[in-house]
Amino acid sequence: PAASLSTPSSPDALPAAAASPRAPPARASRRVASPGPATARAAPMGRGGARDGAAAAPPWHSLPDEVLEHAFSFLPAAADRGAAAAVCHGWLGAERRSRRRLAVANCYAAAPRDAVDRFPSVRAAEVKGKPHFADFGLVPPAWGAEAAPWVAAAADGWPLLEELSFKRMVVTDECLEMIASSFRNFQVLRLVSCEGFSTAGLAAITEGCRNLRELDLQENYIEDCSSHWLSYFPESFTSLETLNFSCLEGEVNFAVLERLVSRCRNLKTLKLNNAIPLDKVASLLRKAPQLVELGTGKFSAEYHSDLFAKLEAAFAGCKSLRRLSGAWDAVPDYLPAFYCVCEGLTSLNLSYATVRGPELIKFISRCKNLQQLWVMDLIEDHGLAVVAGSCSKLQELRVFPSDPFGAGQVLLTERGLVDVSASCPMLESVLYFCGQMTNEALITIAKNRPNFTCFRLCILEPRTPDYVTRESLDAGFSAIVESCKGLRRLSVSGLLTDLVFKSIGANGNCLEMLSIAFAGNSDLGLHYILSGCKTLKKLEIRDCPFGNKPLLANAAKLETMRSLWMSSCSLTLGACRQLAEKMPRLTVEIMNDPGRTCPVESLPDDSPVETLYVYRTIAGPRSDTPDYVQIV
Amino acid sequence: AAAILPRYICGGSRATQAKQRPHLNLNHTLRYPSLTHFSFSSDLFCRRRTRGEFARPSMEIIDAELRLGPPGSGGDAAFGSQKKRSSSTVAAAATSEASGTDDHDAAPASKVQVVGWPPVGAYRKSTFQSASASAAKESKGAGEAGQRGGLYVKVSMDGAPYLRKVDLRTYGGYGELRAALDALFGCFSSCSGPSPDNGQFAMAYEDKDGDLMLAGDVPWDMFISSCKRLRIMRSSEAR
Repeated sequence: PAASLSTPSSPDALPAAAASPRAPPARASRRVASPGPATARAAPMGRGGARDGAAAAPPWHSLPDEVLEHAFSFLPAAADRGAAAAVCHGWLGAERRSRRRLAVANCYAAAPRDAVDRFPSVRAAEVKGKPHFADFGLVPPAWGAEAAPWVAAAADGWPLLEELSFKRMVVTDECLEMIASSFRNFQVLRLVSCEGFSTAGLAAITEGCRNLRELDLQENYIEDCSSHWLSYFPESFTSLETLNFSCLEGEVNFAVLERLVSRCRNLKTLKLNNAIPLDKVASLLRKAPQLVELGTGKFSAEYHSDLFAKLEAAFAGCKSLRRLSGAWDAVPDYLPAFYCVCEGLTSLNLSYATVRGPELIKFISRCKNLQQLWVMDLIEDHGLAVVAGSCSKLQELRVFPSDPFGAGQVLLTERGLVDVSASCPMLESVLYFCGQMTNEALITIAKNRPNFTCFRLCILEPRTPDYVTRESLDAGFSAIVESCKGLRRLSVSGLLTDLVFKSIGANGNCLEMLSIAFAGNSDLGLHYILSGCKTLKKLEIRDCPFGNKPLLANAAKLETMRSLWMSSCSLTLGACRQLAEKMPRLTVEIMNDPGRTCPVESLPDDSPVETLYVYRTIAGPRSDTPDYVQIV
Repeated sequence: AAAILPRYICGGSRATQAKQRPHLNLNHTLRYPSLTHFSFSSDLFCRRRTRGEFARPSMEIIDAELRLGPPGSGGDAAFGSQKKRSSSTVAAAATSEASGTDDHDAAPASKVQVVGWPPVGAYRKSTFQSASASAAKESKGAGEAGQRGGLYVKVSMDGAPYLRKVDLRTYGGYGELRAALDALFGCFSSCSGPSPDNGQFAMAYEDKDGDLMLAGDVPWDMFISSCKRLRIMRSSEAR
């Protein structure tokens, strides 16, 4: 019980049911002071109770549930609610009955039925499935993460559910049909990096969800059965606020789309796919000048001055446009059509845009209020220098590689990042792909911007040293973690030894997610990480020479983390078995050859393990593993 | 040829095409049902590399067994043991395999191409090729806006001994393509009416998923971006 009080429950693992009850002591004031700050925040009534003693007001621990629930409604953060729930039985019950939003960061950490039983009043649920490295092709298909059990449990236990969000899960058409038919007030569906469904499932949603406000499909693989899913919105349907079908590959009935856009006067976000040509974009904009976010889809055409005029006029009418994105094979001549909206833009996503050159830079330089910028490295160093000079409110910068296997014609180096970090005082999140880096640059960046919360640097060639001194980049990354005290997410790359991990372990006190690839030179590296980094939640490692010893030595740490991924390291089966035995509340999954017939039980202890995925769970080992995944 | 890449690696859903959905009353535009389109686990996992995926030599590595056996046993190049090689030997393997696997005109593999590296989402990989293509176009000069260089695909006709190759970019639409194929094979000249359904032969193509589709359903731009190979079939077989 003491342990569960001192570590506030994180949003993904539900507090173990019977772990927390402790009879409230007679003296309420002592109780208020002891647990973490979160609980103190949650107990304003406690102070009142202590002041009055037991005379006038009821003691805080016997306040009626409605009062407690009202108090808890001021705690939107799940971590705070979890901490409040860990105080005592009464608060546990009040909190869980009034919880409206549930985020399950690992779909296998808890059973769907248990989640639904525990939080019966949930209105919005978010579930994430596969490990992050699945995005890069490191997880073979049919790994699991099916959304069906969650949808079935929700249909049973949460009839008033309004929002559902799935990330990296397998969502089938049957799931979508069940969603459409089970929740009478369903409003928001968000699918990110999912697969397994088709436009037929989308048709079920558009037909069945009469109160739909948001249909947000981000980077899913959607099978194209027919283009008529949009037509299933009834003619009386006007509640749509967000429509994002940018990942859809097929055609969409444009007339239907146009009518839909015309009648949904609350439409704020519209993100089109590549099948919508440029002139149609212009006419849609004229129908929906109130748009706040626009994704233009494929923005390329030969230059025609009348089309340009049409676009310019359409954009001139969009006074509220704040966020712009699109897959721009853009002919640069069209960019000036956007000039009228540049001033108002806060977010610009050109990460699929292969446009380059002075027009791009001129365009971005006009966006003086930009807070979020995603570009390709075609912007090059001089482009980033211009961004640094113009976009002083920049908070997030992501620079993606355009041609990582090419002959290096792109002139993006560490200079660009140094310039931006020097001139943008609010910059706190960076994802940067480049070909070269120096320790000096990293140290300068660290000095300029101690307010980084997310720093992800990917040097394209693995194990690249500092190109000036030919040393490892330990000094640079150490400077980053030492200077940025609030760093929550870090990805390292380049040539790195164990020393950098010593620094990360010692200084990464807020670090929640760490990604390591092709780094380190011995077990010590992993040991430094696992024995330091007090708040680490997700650790993903690939191609590092880390072995069994640090894993076993820090086994208890793994239960404080959400998950650990290690692929192509130096692990053996015996250590995994030991780990599984020692830590029953962890699921230890091993991925091996898809065609393998003999079970892992028969293999000797010193067999190498290619991929290890460990996560904490209160649901026990999962039952839907494919043949290439073995749970030890 | 600028090979257009599939947008998503980790595809794989159950065969929804074949399912009946009477209550939805949808009007499917039926394509050729392809039984091999969706299959699970190792089959799809292996098929990925034949789909015109980015021609990375190390896909050969991932295609081989992900073994859990002790290192050294077994003849095939194991995923694990390959990865454990130093980067230099991986590079050597990469360059030696590059010549064999370079079916498409991918960028020359001058750098070591490791699976899942750089850590960029599958959706973004499709921009790599077009980015380098647009760079090439700009270096050639702004003369041909929109033209990207030849997109040659093989054309086979049932019964003909030799295949031909045509550049899809030289045609403005399906009509021109038909005329060109007619000039090459003499297949469509026998058909009497304007409708393409008449006549002995039908124009079909293989798309990037490997399915055989009847040409003419999708807009021309979408067709040339997804067509990998043309096949002129007898109408009797086509229906």
